Amino acid sequence: MTYQDRLFSIADTDPRVVVMTAENRAAIRDLPRRLGSRFVDVGIAEQTLVGAAAGLALRGRVPIVHSLATFLTMRAFEFIRTDVGIAHLPVKLIGAAAGLLSEANGPTHQAIEDVALMRLIPGMRVCCPADDTEMLDAIASIAGDDAPWYMRYNPRPAAFRHRAPFVPGTAEIVAEGTDVAILTYGCLVRECYRAVERLDDRGIAARLVNMRTLEPIDEAAILDAARQTGLVVTVEDHFATGGLATIVAEVAAAHEIAVRLHPIAFAGRWFTPALLDDVLECEGLSPERLAQRIKLALAARTTIRGHLHV
Amino acid sequence: MSAGGGCFIGASLSCADLIVFLYASVLHVRPQTRTAIDRDYLFLSKGHDVPALYGTLADFGFFDAQRLANHLSPRDSIYWHPNRAIPGIEFHSGSLGHLPAVAIGVAMDIKMSGGANRVFVIVGDGELNEGSVWEAALVAAAHKLDNLVVVVDRNGFQANVRTEDLVPLEPIEAKFAAFGWATARIDGHDFSEMEGCFTRLPFEPGKPSVIVADTVRGKGLASLEHRADRWFVALTATEIDTLLDELHGGGVAEVTSEPRIVR
Repeated sequence: MTYQDRLFSIADTDPRVVVMTAENRAAIRDLPRRLGSRFVDVGIAEQTLVGAAAGLALRGRVPIVHSLATFLTMRAFEFIRTDVGIAHLPVKLIGAAAGLLSEANGPTHQAIEDVALMRLIPGMRVCCPADDTEMLDAIASIAGDDAPWYMRYNPRPAAFRHRAPFVPGTAEIVAEGTDVAILTYGCLVRECYRAVERLDDRGIAARLVNMRTLEPIDEAAILDAARQTGLVVTVEDHFATGGLATIVAEVAAAHEIAVRLHPIAFAGRWFTPALLDDVLECEGLSPERLAQRIKLALAARTTIRGHLHV
Repeated sequence: MSAGGGCFIGASLSCADLIVFLYASVLHVRPQTRTAIDRDYLFLSKGHDVPALYGTLADFGFFDAQRLANHLSPRDSIYWHPNRAIPGIEFHSGSLGHLPAVAIGVAMDIKMSGGANRVFVIVGDGELNEGSVWEAALVAAAHKLDNLVVVVDRNGFQANVRTEDLVPLEPIEAKFAAFGWATARIDGHDFSEMEGCFTRLPFEPGKPSVIVADTVRGKGLASLEHRADRWFVALTATEIDTLLDELHGGGVAEVTSEPRIVR
């Protein structure tokens, strides 16, 4: 089933659902014909898109708003905060081409602060599915929820078979291990999965945690990783501030525990624009580069601990 | 009501006549139908004039007028901008340029659902500086929302200066007409002109309507009219008494209390 098939089936089942866009139709090309007046395209006007979604929700509709992550979360940020957030309306914001998926578009199109911005809004839920399979599960789940949601659109194919159905606030343990825990979300779950295989080849048993939602956050998965493994590595296509690395630090602080944290994220700059495989390689996020970086981080950790024991 | 903290009284007085007329003669909404699916909607996008709306809603029985004594009390929700804790207020506002978009969503749903109710939005003239108003104007025309009516409270001032001295807005009707709207211009303090105008809605089938209402900031109180420094007023108890006396035909009040700097 495709993304637009899933949106259609959700709308077909629930007459409250309307699908909206700011002329970002590539992934939903058939919906105007299939949904009729319940497909609303406002043109390239993200502020009006979000404000109108709030108005539709006031009337009892459940708008699923498909737009480019950058312009949806940033051009229209104050409309999301003020009209959707303050009123806590069940508007579902789907941000396409988020994170690395903007590929060669360049910094104008890089949404690598979207998670931080959205989770700042009281009551807003944030979901970053690992692949298309998880995304289709997630969209069905969040469409039926009363809260506003932001979801990173992710059409990449699954690298593995998911073990558990999508439940907001419940992370998926993809691999077990205690040498290191890799916490990640979204399109990098795939790269991390392959990195875990490479670490295994090097004799390192890595736990892989697919966070799935960043709000609500699975605190137990974070605390378990901190307590049961030698090092927590967060991997995200997001700025280091405000994303998963920050969340782990906040959770650790709230529970008054120390965590050995090694964040892999973007800090102080945007990423190099290129096709995805090339970005992964040159930003050190390919499976092999990730495995190398995590091994190095573990080695540095061991060295420091060795010094401390002297 | 402006005792102990003040309110945006100049901006409220410019559209008080419009708001009263809308509730008295135009809007199909009453306290008992305030959540009915087929009611008419009023969105106050220039949210700082909410005292005019508070007073009107209280007079029409949406809530007990005694509640106005709670103005600015942390135990109630009668603060400087509208919010849905007050019966009759459809949506919060204060950030300018939002409610035309929200009203579009409501108007779209009414169309989708086959309803005949209408959606009114009061915007300030200074608010027309916001790009989102014009974005919404394009979208409303594109979607042929003839159940949507924007009323511009054209009092000639934005917060601190005359609009035409800063970012000139005229010709306002021509701008909206160029965006695909049907337009009208009236004296926003002349009830017979309002009657003639609002009964013609929608002005053209298939087009959203805009009514540019020429108004006077501080209308009704010569001592406050046209004064940029009387946009927000925190009056003393004595000044309130003399202003009420002026409003009811007494002499012109002297207002000397310091304007409060809220923006």
